[in-house]
Amino acid sequence: MSDVLLSLKGLTKAYPGVVANDQVSFDIGVGEVHALLGENGAGKSTLVKMIYGLVKPDSGEMVLNGTPYAPAEPRAARADGIAMVFQHFSLFDALNVAENIALGMENPPPMRDLAARIRAVSETYGLPLDPYRTVGGLSAGERQRVEIIRCLLQDPKLLIMDEPTSVLTPQEVEILFETLRKLKSEGTSILYISHKLEEIRALCDHATILRLGKNVGECVPRDTSARDMAEMMVGTALKTPERSGRALGPVALSIKGLSVAAPSAFGTALKDVTLTVHQGEILGIGGVAGNGQDELLSVLSGEVLCAPGEVLLHGEAIGHLNPIRRRKLGVLAAPEERLGHAAAPDMSLTENALLTGSVREGLAQGGMINWGATRRFAQQVIEAFDVRTPGTENAARSLSGGNLQKFVIGREVLQDPDVLVVNQPTWGVDAAAAAAIRQALLDLAAKGAAVICISQDLDELMEISDNFAALNEGRLSAPRSAEGLSVDEIGLMMGGAHGMEVAHV
Amino acid sequence: MDLSAINPVQLIAFLMVAATPVLLAAIGELVVEKSGVLNLGVEGMMITGAIAGFAATVESGSPAVGFVAAAFAGALLSCLFVVLTQFALANQVASGLALTLFGLGLSALMGQTYVGVKPPATGKVDIPVLSDLPVVGPILFNHDLMVYFGIALVAATWAVLKYTRAGLILRAVGENHDAAHALGYKVVRIRILAILFGGACAGLGGAYISLIRVPQWTEGMTAGVGWIALALVVFASWKPWRALLGAYLFGGVTVVQLNLQAAGVAIPVEYLAMSPYLITIVVLVILSADKSSAPAALGRIFHASR
Amino acid sequence: MVRLEKRAEPSRAWSMATPVVAVLATMIAGGLLFAALGKDPVEAIRTIFWEPLFGEFSFYYRPQLVVKGAPLVLIAIGLSLGFKAGIWNIGAEGQYIIGALTGAGVGLAFYPMESVVIFPLMVLAGALGGWAWAMIPAVLKTRFGTNEILVSLMLVYVAEQLLASMSLGLLKNPEGYGFPGSRNLQQYASAHNGDLIAGSGLHWGAAAALIAVIFAYVLLNRHMTGFHIRLTGDAPRAARFAGVSPTRLVLFCMGVSGALAGLAGLFEVSGPAGVVSIDFNVGYGFTAIIVAFLGRLHPVGILLAGALMALTYIGGDIAQSNLGLPSAAIQVFQGMLLFFLLAFDVLTNFRIRLGASEVA
Repeated sequence: MSDVLLSLKGLTKAYPGVVANDQVSFDIGVGEVHALLGENGAGKSTLVKMIYGLVKPDSGEMVLNGTPYAPAEPRAARADGIAMVFQHFSLFDALNVAENIALGMENPPPMRDLAARIRAVSETYGLPLDPYRTVGGLSAGERQRVEIIRCLLQDPKLLIMDEPTSVLTPQEVEILFETLRKLKSEGTSILYISHKLEEIRALCDHATILRLGKNVGECVPRDTSARDMAEMMVGTALKTPERSGRALGPVALSIKGLSVAAPSAFGTALKDVTLTVHQGEILGIGGVAGNGQDELLSVLSGEVLCAPGEVLLHGEAIGHLNPIRRRKLGVLAAPEERLGHAAAPDMSLTENALLTGSVREGLAQGGMINWGATRRFAQQVIEAFDVRTPGTENAARSLSGGNLQKFVIGREVLQDPDVLVVNQPTWGVDAAAAAAIRQALLDLAAKGAAVICISQDLDELMEISDNFAALNEGRLSAPRSAEGLSVDEIGLMMGGAHGMEVAHV
Repeated sequence: MDLSAINPVQLIAFLMVAATPVLLAAIGELVVEKSGVLNLGVEGMMITGAIAGFAATVESGSPAVGFVAAAFAGALLSCLFVVLTQFALANQVASGLALTLFGLGLSALMGQTYVGVKPPATGKVDIPVLSDLPVVGPILFNHDLMVYFGIALVAATWAVLKYTRAGLILRAVGENHDAAHALGYKVVRIRILAILFGGACAGLGGAYISLIRVPQWTEGMTAGVGWIALALVVFASWKPWRALLGAYLFGGVTVVQLNLQAAGVAIPVEYLAMSPYLITIVVLVILSADKSSAPAALGRIFHASR
Repeated sequence: MVRLEKRAEPSRAWSMATPVVAVLATMIAGGLLFAALGKDPVEAIRTIFWEPLFGEFSFYYRPQLVVKGAPLVLIAIGLSLGFKAGIWNIGAEGQYIIGALTGAGVGLAFYPMESVVIFPLMVLAGALGGWAWAMIPAVLKTRFGTNEILVSLMLVYVAEQLLASMSLGLLKNPEGYGFPGSRNLQQYASAHNGDLIAGSGLHWGAAAALIAVIFAYVLLNRHMTGFHIRLTGDAPRAARFAGVSPTRLVLFCMGVSGALAGLAGLFEVSGPAGVVSIDFNVGYGFTAIIVAFLGRLHPVGILLAGALMALTYIGGDIAQSNLGLPSAAIQVFQGMLLFFLLAFDVLTNFRIRLGASEVA
């Protein structure tokens, strides 16, 4: 760890209204696993985009191996030995693995040779992958393997990984770490971006912490407690949600043996899903992205209809009812995708309040909209959930992700649901907002509502759920009490390592 | 009614001629759509190509000059679409319609002095010996150059899309422009090239109608062929060879209905004349169940944000 | 280097200003076109925009504005509902023709009986005809996922052939000495859609257009259906989540636009045109697309845009006879208008920045 591979000096990048990076400096050593730690919106993404040539810094400089480094585009960065695995994979669903990999290379060999090299690399690093499979049909973990192999084929000196474990089961995370340790032992440096502290402590040699675009400190993760790192990251002491002991009421909602075909070519079919949630219960549903989360929410919200008896609310058949009629009965939902699914981007917050609030809040009589009442409801949500916005007439897309999420969750919670289904309620939300949202869900359950919380954040689920189940390829595991559940057990419920194998170190 | 006057060999030979305009336009649009752009302005680019090619041929006396001018005019008109959709980020459906409405007006304006003029004939490629063969001679070896050019274009498009890196990049851009951008590909530049190619092909198709198929200039003479070309791309599931098949099917329907009209079948002329459009609808219905092969980014607006 | 930067929210000011800017830009570009055709550009623009309103013969042209504008507004209002929701009915021209055929057909079936119920029945038949014709692409879309743009457009050509067949066959005037075309409805009192106030140009079609504008305004701003239409256009998935049935929305939007286009056809054939003939349709169904966009898909905007477009039609006619400006030049002029509108529209959602480009 003596030699410096890449040195960042005073990197600054401003966007209108926000300084994404402000005088950020740090060094990455040769063969070092360097963590970049920070909350959502701390400026991690902008920083790595500058290193990867996607964004040009306003000021500051970078030095790679002792020579000035200013990549004009990703191609230049790749030529200099920088590779990146994106958080949202830049893959092409309709193309096969080899074609996807060829697109990420400067001078790809003919397809047949490339396929052979893909097989060779994937075996060396324990990442089995068939070069001729269509990417759209791969699981999230397999898709990540495509990205990693694409990077490894370029023999990178620095591998940037943006939140790589958010799509993996705990077992898959272990395998990934083996691969990364093997790379490190071969002298490759890794810039590892995450906000998961335990992971960083397990893997990284050094950590740089960003807050609001500034470098606020560095540490050696092994020697620093997770709590200390968290406080450096957030800037204040954290408040854990309060959870009072709850008694579960009668069954509120249940699904029995439900199967639904995949909505699109690359969607997931639900297979024989059985689920029960009681009044006052929070049922946590974990699982790696793309294993049927969206589809399960659609079936519960009424966007996808099924046979009447397949979904029961207090014993009444509601499977055939559309979202409007389900809302009338008290079944509300908040989908994962905030812009475009839970809210309409170009519409005002008032209009977005009407989107789901029209029925239960009585905002429309005989089809005619009462805009005054709608505005008041929107205002109520904004105040109750501390949504930062100039007013109710601002477009949804003008809000930050966290604020919009608070609005979306608040809109449903304030309608006093009997059953609330949320998917990824705190995804991309800063720690304070996430804590507030979790607290709201707990309060709702305490009042006797049934809450189904679908999430990929296992820590979150363990924190708030009474019972836990996992989705794996469209199947839902049997629920277990969340208390005392070990990480290994959770991992196995999520499908284990999905056929991966440990690297042959 | 005299059906015996219909000569099957001539019918097939004429089918290939009737199919060529729609084939040229469709193959161009196929490339455009593969890059993720939906250009509904095919009809407008075709009719502009038709008059530009016609005018250039009449003025220069050379059909070759005419076809080059038509391709150029089609590409030039598609530049307007480029400005709207790639720079001003306008809705592609509306922009395509604008292109068609504008092209129809522009061609009428350009064509005022050419109504009733007869263009110089376009020569046929006369392949000695082969063209004298019975049956296959007239069907395969006695056409003008553009018929062969159309088929060659299908083959070339197929090969480029399937086997070359340029084709792979084009497909990638049409599949997921954000990912392509993240990998450093110039999404807008690639799409502009595809749109210009589509414009040139549509222009050629239009000129084929005014110079060979009809041959004369009348206002609105493309009569929906551009729209049929768009339908053909869907029919073909974005596969070049299937576009050829579809074009021949359409050509066949056109030729048969014209022959039936000439033979004086007891079906009113108007109902025969509407048959190509009705059959296009029927084919669209049968084939639209399968949309899985459509480029995923088709019609979506790309803006490289942070 | 110029680059675009997305606004946090759509700019209301630019949303209002772009149509005006587009009209001005079209006047300049159109003037250049007219100059290239050897006409005095200032005179040509003045003739098109001034002459029909305030010129010597404006007493004659002003009612004509209503006659030309009414069908454009009526059709464009219907189209705008679908366009807002991303449902593209491009075949209004065909629905217009079919509405005229069914409406006139009902009227002619009663000839020579005189009764006050005949005209209302024709109105109903016209609306139903247009509605039914629009239902073909709508049902094919909802049942089979067929592209409504292509099907509705193909049906325009089919409708044109039907029109030809009808005017030469079934609806041909038996006392017409063999000339193609139907009886003249202007001479059949019960079926005639005459001026409500003599010489004003205000026929039932104009009244229907005004009602349609008010109806659309209330629907879009006050009613859940209108909210669902706007929601579907902005975020289709959010609309499904809200409980909108895409199938019903397609049927509603296509149905309304078809019925309004059919009405426009009926009012035209029973009024200003009078006869069903091969050249009955003059492209209102396509021009209405320009009107809908120029009016920003807003009912009041469409009313103004319809008036402006009618002005270019009439002004174009005057320029044709006075200055010898070819009629195709007006068509190009109208096309340009749509181009400039779409181009300037970028300013509603984006800000133009000069400076170094973001991504090299």
